[in-house]
Amino acid sequence: MIIEAGHYALILALFVALAQSVLPLVGAARGNVGWMAVGRSAALTQFGLIAAAMAALMYAYITSDFTVVNVIQNSHTDKPLLYQITGVWGNHEGSMVLWVFMLSLCGALVSLFCDNLPAELRARVLAVQGMIGVGFLLFILLTSDPFLRAFPPPPNGEGLNPVLQDPGLAFHPPFLYLGYVGFSVSFSFAVAALIEGRVDAAWARWVRPWALASWCALTIGIAMGSWWAYYTLGWGGWWYWDPVENASFMPWLIGTALIHSSIVVEKRDTLKSWTVLLAIITFALSLVGTFLVRSGVLTSVHAFASDPRRGVFILLLLVLVIGGSLTLYAVRAPNLKGGGLFAPISREGALVLNNVLLICGCATVFLGTLYPLFLDAIGGPKLSVGFPFFDRTFAPMMVPLLLAMGVGPLLAWKRGDLPGALQRLWAAFAVAIVVAIGGLVVTQGAQVLAVLGIALAAWVFTSAVVEWAERVRLFRTGIGDTWRRAINLPRAAYGMSLAHMGVAVTVAGISASSFAVENIQLVPIGGDLPIGNFVLHLAHVDKVPGANFTADDAAIEVRRDGALIATVHPERRFFPLQQQTTSMTAIRTNLLADLYVALGDQDDKGAWTIRAYWKPLVPWIWLGGVIMAFGGMVSLSDRRWRVGVAARARARMFAQAATGD
Amino acid sequence: MRKAVYLLPLLAFFALVAWFALALRPSYDPQTLPSAMIDQPAPAFDLATLSGGPDLALSGLKGQVVLVNFFASWCAPCRVEHPILMRLAEQEHVALYGIDYKDRPEAARQILAQLGDPYRAIGLDPDGVTGINFGVYGVPETYVIDKSGQIRKRFVGPLTAESLERELLPLLKKLNAS
Repeated sequence: MIIEAGHYALILALFVALAQSVLPLVGAARGNVGWMAVGRSAALTQFGLIAAAMAALMYAYITSDFTVVNVIQNSHTDKPLLYQITGVWGNHEGSMVLWVFMLSLCGALVSLFCDNLPAELRARVLAVQGMIGVGFLLFILLTSDPFLRAFPPPPNGEGLNPVLQDPGLAFHPPFLYLGYVGFSVSFSFAVAALIEGRVDAAWARWVRPWALASWCALTIGIAMGSWWAYYTLGWGGWWYWDPVENASFMPWLIGTALIHSSIVVEKRDTLKSWTVLLAIITFALSLVGTFLVRSGVLTSVHAFASDPRRGVFILLLLVLVIGGSLTLYAVRAPNLKGGGLFAPISREGALVLNNVLLICGCATVFLGTLYPLFLDAIGGPKLSVGFPFFDRTFAPMMVPLLLAMGVGPLLAWKRGDLPGALQRLWAAFAVAIVVAIGGLVVTQGAQVLAVLGIALAAWVFTSAVVEWAERVRLFRTGIGDTWRRAINLPRAAYGMSLAHMGVAVTVAGISASSFAVENIQLVPIGGDLPIGNFVLHLAHVDKVPGANFTADDAAIEVRRDGALIATVHPERRFFPLQQQTTSMTAIRTNLLADLYVALGDQDDKGAWTIRAYWKPLVPWIWLGGVIMAFGGMVSLSDRRWRVGVAARARARMFAQAATGD
Repeated sequence: MRKAVYLLPLLAFFALVAWFALALRPSYDPQTLPSAMIDQPAPAFDLATLSGGPDLALSGLKGQVVLVNFFASWCAPCRVEHPILMRLAEQEHVALYGIDYKDRPEAARQILAQLGDPYRAIGLDPDGVTGINFGVYGVPETYVIDKSGQIRKRFVGPLTAESLERELLPLLKKLNAS
């Protein structure tokens, strides 16, 4: 009964979404207030209905209702409760329900928190959100129904892929989807602005918090996914340039460009059609990511079981959503009044450079991901793409970006003073050079590129500190004055500094990963394995029963200079249901370096393969991601975004225009 | 003219859609990438070897059924595949030759020292030219070459126990008998 109610709620949500996509749009065109107001209540109703459908599906999982095909395929009574719940989105159908749930959540938030939005703009934004909802609800109901019943019910389910039974992965999809889908709001704002034919500073102020919030969620989602790959796959890698990873990385890159270019729209009232285009492309890439994962056109370790029917449907959806918005863009964007030209050496010039480099980076990732597909489509020769391609093309493109990142924030709007900015950055230069020379001496020139990467990270970090010090006039004026300035500095400024420092921390972690040492050997019980400054002593391996698995749990003593530091317990878990083994690595970290120990196979003489890595600075990769997202949230808390500020700004502008000021 | 610029994103998008549509055609399956090289003579190669021994050349392999496996130390799926290769070499006694693709020899040497070396010989392909000639799409890839030097089968991605039992071993048996 509850299952049918969930299904019914989803169908109702489709019709509500239909109403939401048509009525407010017509209302806005005709100036009918009542019809425009439909958007708001429809968005809230749609959210309620999809939440009910989601709850029904979750209920089916928690109660292990094996009359539901989706539950049979992905759950099992022995599965721990946490994974019964997260199993809801560990499969194609359920993850699509999560997708539309997030979409309707965004719609509900827009209708709740945008009181100050002009009624027409809000109606149009909600209508566009409704259209996206219609597309994806149709997709679910026609090709991927999660509420399909099975008869007779089997005694038990098939279980969830053991690799996915992990806390890191349990919460990775919700964050990732919140990021992907959150960009639908900036997309809807962009389309609504194209329909209205007006993009101004107030528009940028409304869009930016949504873009920023989605960007934060996407940052966290990607970092979580990478961290999960690091500790579960057991090889110590943290990024594989896998098509699905790239699919989440591309909207992140363009989303980063978007949150920067919208500053220019807000402050300088220019780059308008460009920012609108970025908003469209960011969401388009999120959709393309969805397409790539689910259509089976690319092979990937993450891909869901593919079905050509779904691929065709999503492709049609892409054509409607992206093709439609780009057509609108081609028709309307030429009429958007652009701002004047501006000097290349200025804050806005630096932000344009940031955009150009990010777009180039994204284009590289895009080509690398889809090149094999393209070549095959034209029947051409096959070329290989993999780590070497991305390392050689993407990494060098990020070097100028990082260099410019240090200077950009110190340039003034309109006309910047490059020599002056560079002069004020002497401390950052000094630190970067000291780090570079020190690194080269310590490593004896063995890892030049890695040392340069860390020097670059030091440059970005110190210049963020210098920029802050300049703003509060540290050491130039009294402590009291500095303190007052530090308090009065807008939160958006702190957000930027933090996010840039986060980038520096991540870059340092990535660069330092080439200093990792590894030792993989067969170790008998009681044997030793040296790694870096440590010696690992395999004390014993025990069979330990788990909820739905049995584990080989190794007790490995970590010693340095003979002194016992810790005992770590890497495990190999065997899931009898799926006949699959997963590895639970033991990671001992002091935030400066990870000692990473994974247990491999046992040979016929009873010795165990142990893979040990010592990885300096690697935890910084994710730490930096968290700092970036935290910076984004600090910036979001800036009073500039608070309710009413943007509306007053627009009112003020109109008042000025009216008085001919 | 200025307006035409705003059409570019749309045109680029439709080009992309056309490609996606081609990829969705029923005959396309990324797992079994069709290769123009099937039943064609394998492209000739003559590579320096990892061990420093005599060169690994296609001409030297004629007269036996061989597997040529493209791998690299930087490739994670290759490590997944590795136990299968060990089994092929040790239990099935297959003539397995490796081509170390876009890799540093010392890194490959280190990996093989740790995991075991299943190959009879390993050719070095540091710039990937041999890979391009074979049409390698990514590593690992494995080619079955018959006694006359023709490519008979291509495996994209790591070999699995299943593909071994179902396809590779029966094929090798057939080719060896002929």
